[in-house]
Order: sequence, then structure tokens, then C-alpha cells
Amino acid sequence: MKLPTRKGRVLVLRYIGAGVVTLLFLFPVYWLFMISFKTPDEIYHVPPLWMPGQIQFSNYYVLFKDGDVMAILNSLIVAGVSSAIAIILGTLCAYSLARFGTGGENLAMWIISQRMIPPIAVVFPIFLIYVYFGLVDGYFGLIVLYTAFNLPYVIWMMRGYIVDVPLELEESALVDGLNRWQVIWKVVFPMVRPGLMATSVFTFVFAWNDFLFALVLTRTEVITFPVMLTHYFGGQSNFWAKIAAMSVLGTLPIFVAVTVMQRYLVRGISLGAVKG
Amino acid sequence: MMTFSLSFNGTEHRRPSRLGRVLEDRLPYLIVAPAILVLLLVGLFPLIYSLIVSFQRITMTDNDTSFAGLLNYAELFRDTRLWASLGHTAIITAIALPLELLIGFLMAQLFIDRMPGRQLFVALLVLPTVISPIVAGATWRLLFDVRFGPIGEILSFFAGEPIRILWTVNPAYVYPAIIICEVWQWSPFMFLLLLAALSNVDQSQLEAAEIDGASYLRVLRAIILPAIAPVIAVACLIRGLDLVRIFDIIWALTEGGPGSMTETISLYTYVQGFSQFETSYTAAISFLVIALLTLITTLVLKRMEIAR
Repeated sequence: MKLPTRKGRVLVLRYIGAGVVTLLFLFPVYWLFMISFKTPDEIYHVPPLWMPGQIQFSNYYVLFKDGDVMAILNSLIVAGVSSAIAIILGTLCAYSLARFGTGGENLAMWIISQRMIPPIAVVFPIFLIYVYFGLVDGYFGLIVLYTAFNLPYVIWMMRGYIVDVPLELEESALVDGLNRWQVIWKVVFPMVRPGLMATSVFTFVFAWNDFLFALVLTRTEVITFPVMLTHYFGGQSNFWAKIAAMSVLGTLPIFVAVTVMQRYLVRGISLGAVKG
Repeated sequence: MMTFSLSFNGTEHRRPSRLGRVLEDRLPYLIVAPAILVLLLVGLFPLIYSLIVSFQRITMTDNDTSFAGLLNYAELFRDTRLWASLGHTAIITAIALPLELLIGFLMAQLFIDRMPGRQLFVALLVLPTVISPIVAGATWRLLFDVRFGPIGEILSFFAGEPIRILWTVNPAYVYPAIIICEVWQWSPFMFLLLLAALSNVDQSQLEAAEIDGASYLRVLRAIILPAIAPVIAVACLIRGLDLVRIFDIIWALTEGGPGSMTETISLYTYVQGFSQFETSYTAAISFLVIALLTLITTLVLKRMEIAR
């Protein structure tokens, strides 16, 4: 029999630490997930039950039957379309900033400063303007807002990625007779694709998770899922079955996107502060 | 070999159409324009509009657009609930931010060395940070529930006697409740940034220090912290700005209550604008918030410049 080496013992300790930390941070998610499969009796059971008696989907079924899943669909439409527009407009803008230095450092700083403005400070005037133009509770209004909200982020991130593309590649493509548009599409675009993917995921997540704008600017037609969630809160009695099921449905798309994009995550999350 | 110029007029190779040439000559401006237009329209225009409104006398009952001078801004100084809400915001930020940083750093230390399965742990730990803050708030409201929430049960288990805490109602516990939720959601964010920063620290320096027999604390102070300081600064700036405008989590957990005990500046602005409908006054509050944030950001950025 061999005694474990010091290194081995440290590794075991680190696994224990890692397990405890992961358990602590994932327990709330686990609990929410389990609630979504419980019957009302099990949800309101005292003391709380750690596992549902059997996995049943009636909480989800209710959301589908009542049409509440429209909120998820609305979120998908609004977040999806606004992200796509922000990515296209933002990447083109970023290319100009990165390659031609359009507007110099001042324009770049102004763009990023737009991101620092707290939503609560602009949501009120935007609301007044939207009321005036009849844009409240419509897809168009939210899409424009989320596009603008995400543009500084996209521009800032993509500028960083484009600066990293070797200039010689573009130059030789131009020599070969491609025009600028072709250079952007055939040379730059493939080079920055990983960065583009990560940025897309985050623009989607930002729009998907927004609560304040959606709360103010939707009524009944284009309610997004975070707003729908708060409709299930009711003073003393909250509809936990619905809250849990809706939360799970609303987290699923993000979970998938982030899992797929795991590798590019860190740089995306930090405005490019860390080249991870 | 011919040298190459980056000018967009360099179309010697081909004769494109006139329209094509114009498009290419003006390209730097053409492709910037749509994005800037959207930002001006949705970012700048409402701000200017709001500035004008803040000098008027508009309320829900009275659409009086006459010039009010600095009346609304003077009112700000008399509004005790406003300053209280700024105080609540400051308390939450001042406690949550260092906690998130510390926990994130400890987590990063735990995972800094490679070990099999590390990628999976990191992938799982990302989850709290990417879920919607309103979902995070709802989840913790569920966990904190005094009757069928598991936290009371877990605390009772460790205490050996029944513990029943009205987390979101009892004034002594609402701040801990908010901060626990906030720290749970954003420590992993700090963790991700610091993990990346720590893996960029110069390994040869660390090894040299180890050979010299330097203590961990000394290595931390002399090598690690200076190396990751810029990332810590950026992380604190991003999270700090987010904390100052905290809204979703509090909405889900306490809705500002009990009373207005946990009302932050964002919640107060919301109440003024959308339940009291004090239009002009809300606009004035918005500008106070922007002024404060601009001041803080500028100061922090200045310090960061010096630190470099």
C-alpha cells in the first residue's frame, strides 16, 4: 500500500472544494428545475421535498394550454431579430472604425459611453416618445430599442476582433482585384467568425434577459418572458408551478447557446477586457 | 513586387461602375452611418427630449409645458425618499461588489491549476451569471419562502432547532436576502474574468518566487495582484455600474419593500415615472442619476489611468 503523495492529497482537496462550490451555486437552479416537475401538493409540502414524487409535465402543459408560451415566442422574435440587426450594423460600423479610424478615438468613446447610460434614465423619455408614435406594445418598438441597446457592445467587441485580423490578408485580396465589400465578406468575415458567434450570443442574452424596457413598453401583445414571470407573483400567493416552468423554458435557449459557445465566453462577457 | 496602398481609390485593377466607385469611396462613412443613426435616434434624442421635459411642469394631471426653470432640480434636494433610495443603492453596491470580487477570486484560485473535468465545472458555474436576473430573483424568493422554501429547512438542520425567517419581509433580513441573490448571480462573472486573468500571469515569475521561498501572501501582493489589477478594475467598473442601476432582482424579491426600505434609485425613478407619473420630475431624477454615474465613471477611469 502506498500513501498518497502531497500532490495527490492537494488534488483530492481541490476536487472536494470544486464539488462544494458547484453544489452551492447550482442548488438554486436544481431547486427551480425540480419545482417545475412537482404537483401542487408537493410544491407546498412542509417540510419541502427534495425530489418530486414523479416527473410530470402538467406545469408546462398549463403554460402551453393558456397560451403563456407566447411570451417565450415574443422573446425569441424580439431578441433574435434585434440581435441580427445589431450584429450586421454593428460589425460594419466596427470595420470602419478599426480599418479607417472613422471618427477617431472620440467616436469610439462616444459609442461606448452610450452603453454606460443607465436604462432607467432613458426608459422614461423613450416611453413618452413611443406613446406619441403608437409604438408601445409592438414588436417594432422593442426591436429598435434592443438594437440600439446592443449596438455599442457589438461595435466595441467587433472592433477588437477586426483589429486582430492581419492587414496583409486584406491587402493581398485587394491586389487580387476584390473590392471592399468582397474583402469584408470573403476575408474578414471568416477570420472573425468565432468572435462574431460569441458576440451574437451575448447580444441575444442581453435582449433576452431585459426586464425594465419590456416591463414599461409592453402591455398584452408582445409581453416577453421576464415580464410574464412577474405576472405570476401575487401578494401572498405566488404561482410557483408556473413561475418555475416559465423560468425553465426561459432559461433553456440561453443555456443551449452558452453551452455551445463555451470557448469564446470570457472575452464576450468582459467587453474584451481579457483576451481569454 | 508592387507595394500596396490602403486607399479605396486604388481601383487600378478594374473599372467598376460609377455607382460602385461612389459606394466604395464613401464606404467608411456609409457603413458607420446606420449604426450611428440608430444610436442618435434611440440614445441621444430621448436624452435631449428628457432634458427639455425636466425644465417643464408636466405631471399626470397637468400637461403644463411652461418653463419651470430649475424648479424640478431644486425639488431633488428636498426629496428625502430620493436620497434614501440613493443610500440603499450605495449600501447594496458597497457590500455586494467586494463580496463578489472576493468570492470570484477564491473560486478562480480553486480552479486555476489544470485538473481533469475542470472545463465541466467552469461550464456549470457560468449558469447563474447568464440566466435572467428576474429568474434569479424569482428563484431566491422561492428558496427563501418561510414555509416550503428549503433554506429555512437547511438552516434548521444545522442549528438543530426550527429556524423560520421572513427573509423578504423582516427589515433585518431583506438586505442579506438581496445581497445573497446578487452575490450568487455575479460571483461567477468575477470568477470567469479572474480565471482568465490569472492564467495570463507570468509563470516564470511565480516559479522564481517559489524557489526563493516567498510566502503566498507575498507572491499575491508582489506579483499576482499587480498583474491582474487592470482586469479587476474593469470588472469592478462593469459590475459597479450594473449594481448602481440594480432593478430586476429587487423587483422580484422585495419590490422595494418592506415599505420603501430596499427601494433603490432605479425603483424610485420607476415609481415616480410610472405610478405617480411625475413626468418632469422623473426626467430631473434621470439627469441626477446620469450626472452621478458620469462622475463616478470619470473618477474611476482617472484612477485606472494613474494605476497604469
